Amino acid sequence: MSETLHAISVEVNGKPRSAQVPARLSLVDWLREELLLTGTHIGCEHGICGACSVMLDGEPVRSCLMYAVQADGHRVTTVEGLARTDGSLSVLQDSFCETHGLQCGYCTPGMLIAAQALLNANPSPSEAQIRDAIGGNLCRCTGYQQIVEAVQLAAERIAKEGK
Amino acid sequence: MKAAPFEYARAASLEEACELLRRHGDGAKLLAGGQSLVPMMAMRLVRPAWLIDISEIAALKFVSLEKDAARIGACARQCVVERNDVLASRVPLLRQALSWVGHAQTRSRGTIGGSLAHADPCAELPLVAQVLGARMLLRSAKGTRTLEADKFFSGPMATHARSDECLEEIQWPAWSWRRTGSAFTEISVRHGDFAMVSAAAQIAIDGDGRCVRAAFGLGGAGGTPLAFPRIAARLVGTRLDDAVVKDAAHAAAIETEPGSDLHASAEYRRHLAGVLAARALREARERARSVQ
Repeated sequence: MSETLHAISVEVNGKPRSAQVPARLSLVDWLREELLLTGTHIGCEHGICGACSVMLDGEPVRSCLMYAVQADGHRVTTVEGLARTDGSLSVLQDSFCETHGLQCGYCTPGMLIAAQALLNANPSPSEAQIRDAIGGNLCRCTGYQQIVEAVQLAAERIAKEGK
Repeated sequence: MKAAPFEYARAASLEEACELLRRHGDGAKLLAGGQSLVPMMAMRLVRPAWLIDISEIAALKFVSLEKDAARIGACARQCVVERNDVLASRVPLLRQALSWVGHAQTRSRGTIGGSLAHADPCAELPLVAQVLGARMLLRSAKGTRTLEADKFFSGPMATHARSDECLEEIQWPAWSWRRTGSAFTEISVRHGDFAMVSAAAQIAIDGDGRCVRAAFGLGGAGGTPLAFPRIAARLVGTRLDDAVVKDAAHAAAIETEPGSDLHASAEYRRHLAGVLAARALREARERARSVQ
């Protein structure tokens, strides 16, 4: 059977992208398989692990719990959109390197999105607020401590840059 | 692609959604935030022929504060409701409960109405609706009707809304007593997971510390969220001493009929029901007492 295709226009990392998609194509599958933005990872595919987190209109969301067709007319930021325009690492990404906030790296894109969304809304979060913000992201390597430190370090650096 | 194929329509208005529901009836599901429906479709537990997306209907996203109630559109996002300070002062149980609902990434998509229509007996918002006696405004192509929470939930993942009806708004009663306190608590494997058992309570006291109104309930302890109006009525006129609170919580726990699963036995859930009901009532009482 041939499935109905839906025309979508989505701003992905600042660039307008258009496509024809079947309704059941998840946002994460569209990002990875059609736009080849493979930085966003697929973990559980039912909303538990957080690996597929992206920002939709600036809010962190799970891209496995959305169909691509629902993103029509919206703005998506993936982990590829976090780096600076010259391609160098963002303050947050560099802080993850600095504190060794990753080991296997599987959860990292989702952690970065969750943490960046937090810092955008609250540039000086408490440790409890950081832990709450990444509470929906599973990491099986680090024990989370260095990830929390990375976000704290990024917040300090952003505060210094602002002065 | 994990879900079975379906036809998709993004409704531009509530009228259009109702018309689509009328046309496709039992084969259609409404999609609001999708945080429960989409995973169920991924696992093919649900295979709708039509998915009617109501999440972009602006008229379903309002939060309106009135004298004795807060009216919230069914598609208001949980994160938006959670951040509303005025709402938190009028119906504090909503923010208290939302802090237990999923995670930031799910609350940014998840809606108030979606959680109620999904009617998971372990979910937080259905419990708040049951405890406060929220009213659900349902609309179909034929007209509207209102159901109170205790007439809305019919069982696990089931409501008395008809297949041609769309939840339009939820009216949450706001108590007018100055010295009102409320609390929400639960036990789950990890924060953000579904609760094994949850408890919500709201207490109002007079200037002498006597209870003038009480409401409390339990989630995860039966097929629907449970409220205990008869037991709560017995608290009125008391000073809500710990012993009185414990008796009420115990009486409620006895009335529960929890199930057993991998995470907790029925016996353990009933034990939690008593402990958590008492905890929620005590916390609500302390908050009411602390009002200057």
